[in-house]
Amino acid sequence: MDANTFLIQVLNGIQYGLLLFLVASGLTLVLGIMGIINLAHGTFYMVGAYLAFSLSQHFGSLWLAMAGGVVIAVAIGIVLEWLLISRLYHRDHLYQVLLTYGLILIFEELRSVIFGDDVHGVAVPEMLRVSLPLTETLSYPVYRLWMSAVCLVLAVGMYLLIQKTRLGMMIRAGAANREMVQSLGININLLYRLVFAFGVALAAFAGMIAAPVASVFPGMGNQVLIVCFVVVVIGGIGSVKGAMMAAILIGLVDTFGKVASLEIGGVQLLPQLSGMMIYVLMAVVLLARPEGLFGRRT
Amino acid sequence: MRQLRPATIVLLLCLFALALLPLFAEKYYIQLFTKMMIMAIFAMSLDLLVGFTGLVSLGHAAFFGLAGYVLAFAAPQYEAANLWISLPLAMACSGLLALVIGSLVLRTSGIYFIMVTLAFAQMVFFVFHDTEFGGGADGIYVYSKPVAAIAGWEPFTLENHTHFYFVVLVLLALAYAALRMLLASLFGRVIVGIRVNEQRMRSLGYRTFRYKLVCFVLSGALAGMAGYFAAAQFGFVNPETLGWHQSGSVLMMVILGGMGTLTGAIVGAFSMMLLELGLQGLPDVGGMNLAKHWQLFMGGFIVLAVLLLPHGLLGMPRLVSRWLRKPAEAGGMSREQGPRKAGMRPSAIAVDRRQRPRLNGDDRAEAGDG
Repeated sequence: MDANTFLIQVLNGIQYGLLLFLVASGLTLVLGIMGIINLAHGTFYMVGAYLAFSLSQHFGSLWLAMAGGVVIAVAIGIVLEWLLISRLYHRDHLYQVLLTYGLILIFEELRSVIFGDDVHGVAVPEMLRVSLPLTETLSYPVYRLWMSAVCLVLAVGMYLLIQKTRLGMMIRAGAANREMVQSLGININLLYRLVFAFGVALAAFAGMIAAPVASVFPGMGNQVLIVCFVVVVIGGIGSVKGAMMAAILIGLVDTFGKVASLEIGGVQLLPQLSGMMIYVLMAVVLLARPEGLFGRRT
Repeated sequence: MRQLRPATIVLLLCLFALALLPLFAEKYYIQLFTKMMIMAIFAMSLDLLVGFTGLVSLGHAAFFGLAGYVLAFAAPQYEAANLWISLPLAMACSGLLALVIGSLVLRTSGIYFIMVTLAFAQMVFFVFHDTEFGGGADGIYVYSKPVAAIAGWEPFTLENHTHFYFVVLVLLALAYAALRMLLASLFGRVIVGIRVNEQRMRSLGYRTFRYKLVCFVLSGALAGMAGYFAAAQFGFVNPETLGWHQSGSVLMMVILGGMGTLTGAIVGAFSMMLLELGLQGLPDVGGMNLAKHWQLFMGGFIVLAVLLLPHGLLGMPRLVSRWLRKPAEAGGMSREQGPRKAGMRPSAIAVDRRQRPRLNGDDRAEAGDG
């Protein structure tokens, strides 16, 4: 592997990692702050991608589609929290798992009813449809760089929101002690609703910006969900910083696992087993630090 | 001698009815009930973890599916596997996988446990999905059903669907009885104790990790038994059999029936299968093929069941009688929320809990996560 290919793979790995972070951070926030395990989180990623697909056809612009899609995603989040999720705070995780599993079935079938089961593509916006030349033969698409930049900006914004603002302070307090925050006169129900809608919007937005490079297909959300679980387990529940580190790590491991080659006894092992690599990584972390790299020790 | 409880009598009557079924039912129904009983064994194995030990596993299909693959490998295209060798082998493989996965996942608890079991099961899924030796995404055929010959003598043949039915029925009854005995033993008391309060069991000197691991392995091996017969009946295995939809659906069976009771797992498995069948037979309405999109209704049903039936179908009579007796107090709400909302002291909740020892599924929220 020469230096340029290596560079491209590093960029790809980081870009994939940052995208994962966007989805996983919503998952880890909802888990850490609200104590809700949301299996349908990956489904919102899929919803985002399909929104980008259908709205960009309708508006003729991916930018408008993204703006409209985020509004719809927030609305979906608010309605779901109000109708269903808010009834689960006092109940065992088991019921949260089942209810959100039911939501997956509903969303997947609705997708099948509305869009069918075909794979769709979404066009990269005109102004980003260029590539940066690296050598005479290799180049790197600007859209992927733009994706990474957007994810980074969102990550920094999220950090500032949670650590530096009054709203973030209330959210952190709500995670520590729900009843106490409520008795201080803060509307915790509204706060939770916002957090959930924010999580949905993050996942959906990730789906929207990923749609042009990853295409739009059935079951895309569940793939992402399970990788995000691995990210959250490695990073530690509720830790946005941990999610960031773990997501980049997984992005790189997965990308290099797919291109590297390992032969044992004449049998190509690595590309075939690259899907397993991240789980091996998770197993190692579980052995060393069961609470995750950045999780609080209990 | 103890007096027979009404529940036991009902159970025996059901067993009797199941035993008589092949006398008058057509082949289709015999095979359907065979499938339902296989899933009931699978659901019971998960109930041992979820309902009794308090470990919510979302990767149970891995053990179910693996056993099916073991059978497929044990029966190459022109040979049938020997039941007496391949069944223990399949169960041992599933148990071994459960030992490996269990020793990792049991280091976590609560939300982590759910995510990690799912992730490891998905790893097993990818091993079979992405590599060629298990037929890849298409899976492999089990060309012939296992032969039950002992030194030339064949007590029954699984090629005959009635024989197959009775074998599964006997295994279901045996699994039920074995689990009942296990739960009535000291071991069973300890694992229920772990569910209610693991710290307390640890301070009593029990090595809870080992108990949980043994439970995980037993449960995995039993799931393997179900998976073995499922593969033998369907005649093929594919990665879907160890996918997470399978895990989710078996978890729903346990909850639908009412977790923490073995009968509940059986009732749940039967009702879910019947519901699935009913939904797949939905007619076309207004040009829309409802049967094709049956999962939409299944999803809706699951959401409603979680909201309205917190204690499953077996908890329904209690829910109804409570509602009839105290119409002013009881609503559709989960009872656990009642005292908390009213601001009662914790001791009051504890007293309330003792009166209904079986329905304390929500206790783990406070007791489990250490």
